[in-house]
Amino acid sequence: MREHYDVLVVGAGPAGLAAAQAAASHGARVGLLDAQPRAGGQVWRHDVRLPAPRAARQAIAALQGVEVLVRHSVVTVESSALRLETPHGSGLLSFGSLVLATGARELLLPFPGWTLPGVTGAGGLQALVKQGWPVAGKRVVIAGSGPLLLAAADTLRKHGAQVLGIHEQASAAAVRSFAWQLRQWPARAWQAAGLRLRLAGVPYRFGSFVREAVGDDAVRGVEIDTPCGVQHVECDLLAAGYGLVPNTELASLLGCVLDEADTHPHVQVDALLRTSVANIYAAGESCGIGGRVAARIEGAMAGLMAIGDTVAASAWMPQRDRERRFGALLARHFALDPRLRTLADDQTPVCRCEDVRLGALAGFDDARAAKLATRCGMGACQGRICGTVLAELGRFPRGGARPPVFPARLATLAGLATLPSDAYRGSRP
Amino acid sequence: MSAVVRLVVNGHPVEVPAGASVAAAVAHVTLRFRRSVGDAPRAPLCGMGVCFECRVQVDGVAHVRACMTPAGEGMRVVTDA
Repeated sequence: MREHYDVLVVGAGPAGLAAAQAAASHGARVGLLDAQPRAGGQVWRHDVRLPAPRAARQAIAALQGVEVLVRHSVVTVESSALRLETPHGSGLLSFGSLVLATGARELLLPFPGWTLPGVTGAGGLQALVKQGWPVAGKRVVIAGSGPLLLAAADTLRKHGAQVLGIHEQASAAAVRSFAWQLRQWPARAWQAAGLRLRLAGVPYRFGSFVREAVGDDAVRGVEIDTPCGVQHVECDLLAAGYGLVPNTELASLLGCVLDEADTHPHVQVDALLRTSVANIYAAGESCGIGGRVAARIEGAMAGLMAIGDTVAASAWMPQRDRERRFGALLARHFALDPRLRTLADDQTPVCRCEDVRLGALAGFDDARAAKLATRCGMGACQGRICGTVLAELGRFPRGGARPPVFPARLATLAGLATLPSDAYRGSRP
Repeated sequence: MSAVVRLVVNGHPVEVPAGASVAAAVAHVTLRFRRSVGDAPRAPLCGMGVCFECRVQVDGVAHVRACMTPAGEGMRVVTDA
C-alpha cells in the first residue's frame, strides 16, 4: 500500500483534529493517523458508558473530507514518507506537508511498590476506565500532581469507583495561587469550579504524596506522606501521575530540532509552528505542555501552514500566546517537590521492561553506557518510562530516538526501502 | 453492533461493553497480565500504549498491547502470568 497525501497529520487528539480540519477545508487531500482505535486522543478518549463532551463530538463531526486512519502506528520515516503498521499489514504514506500532533504521555515516577499490579498512572487509570476497566465499588487512591488528578477522579466516580482521596504534591499555597490566577481564563475557572463541586466529599489534600505501595501480587495499601505525618490507607487501586511529558520520538527521528532546555525535551517550533525541517509543522503538547485549548489553536494554525495559508495562520497568534501562558502557569504552580525524586531505593525497579533496579545504575552518567551494561531502556517501551524517570531523577538525559519508533513486526520491517539500522547509521556523524 | 462483546480470557468467558479494550476484559478475570523478566506479575501502567506492561496473547499473537486493542466477539486472550 502506497498512498500520497497533500497533508498528513500524526495524532488525532485536539491538535491533530483541528489541523486536519483546517487543511481539508481548503481542498487538500488530508490523512489523519492515530495508533489508537478511535479519534479523540487522550483528553477526548471515547468512553464506553458516558456521552462524549460536546467539544469532542463537534471536533470529530467537523472532519469533512479527512481520511481518518485509526490503528495506524508510525514505525519509521523515509524520504517525505511514513512507514506504517496496522493490525494486519503495513504501508507507506508519502506527504507534501506533515503536521506532528503526537501529544504527551504521563510522567510516571518510581517509588517502592510502583510495579505492583493495580498501580497505574492517574490519566492512565482514567483511560483504562473509559475503555471499560471495572472499577465499580473499588477503593481508589489518586495521587501525583496537576488538574488531571481531578478529571481522573471525576471519571472514576462516574464509573462507580470509591475515591478515597486525591493527594496533590503541590502545597496548598501553590494550588490556591493557581486557582486565583485562573480568573484570567474565566472558562477554565468555571470548569474547575464545576469539577470541585462534583467532587465535593472527596478529600483533596495538598503537600501530600504516596511514598510506597504495599501488597504481594497486587496493591493492597499505600503509605502517604502528608504535612501531618505518614498515613497508611488500604486500597484496591492506586492512580499516580505527576504531570505530562511531550512525545518527541517521531519528531526526533524526522530530524526536527528539539528544545532540550527543560528536563524533558519538546519539539522546537517558530511562532508559526514550523519545525527545523521544511514542510514539517508541530502543534499541541509535543511543543510543550499547554493544555487542550492551546492544542486546538495550534492545530488549526499548523493545518493552515501545511497548506501554505500563512496569513490565516498568523491571525491565531495572539490567542496562541495567551493560551501558552496558561501552560507556563501550570508548570510553575505544580512544580515537583524534590522529595519525589528520592522515593525509589536501590531495590526499586526503574526499567520495568528489563527489571533493572535503581541500584544497578550507580556510577553511570549517560543513557547509552547504562543501557549497554545493564539493559536499562532496551525493552519494549524503548526507554519511554525509565528514560523519562532517569531524566527526572537528574541521573542522565534520555537517549536519542532510533527506528523503529515502536516495536514492529518483521514483515513490516521487511517492506522497508531502507533498513532501520542503515537509516540509524546514516543519521550518525 | 450489539451492546456487548463476548470473549474468552484464560478460558473464562467474559462479557464487556462494545468498544471496551482487551485490557478491560482481562481485568475482569485477573490483574496479572504478564510476568516480568524477573518473574514479577505486572499489569497496565500507562493505559495509553506507551509502557507495554499490558502485553498479552490475542488469538495466538503474542505481545499485543491489551490497552490499545478493542475487545472482539469470540476473541481468545491468554495472559502470561
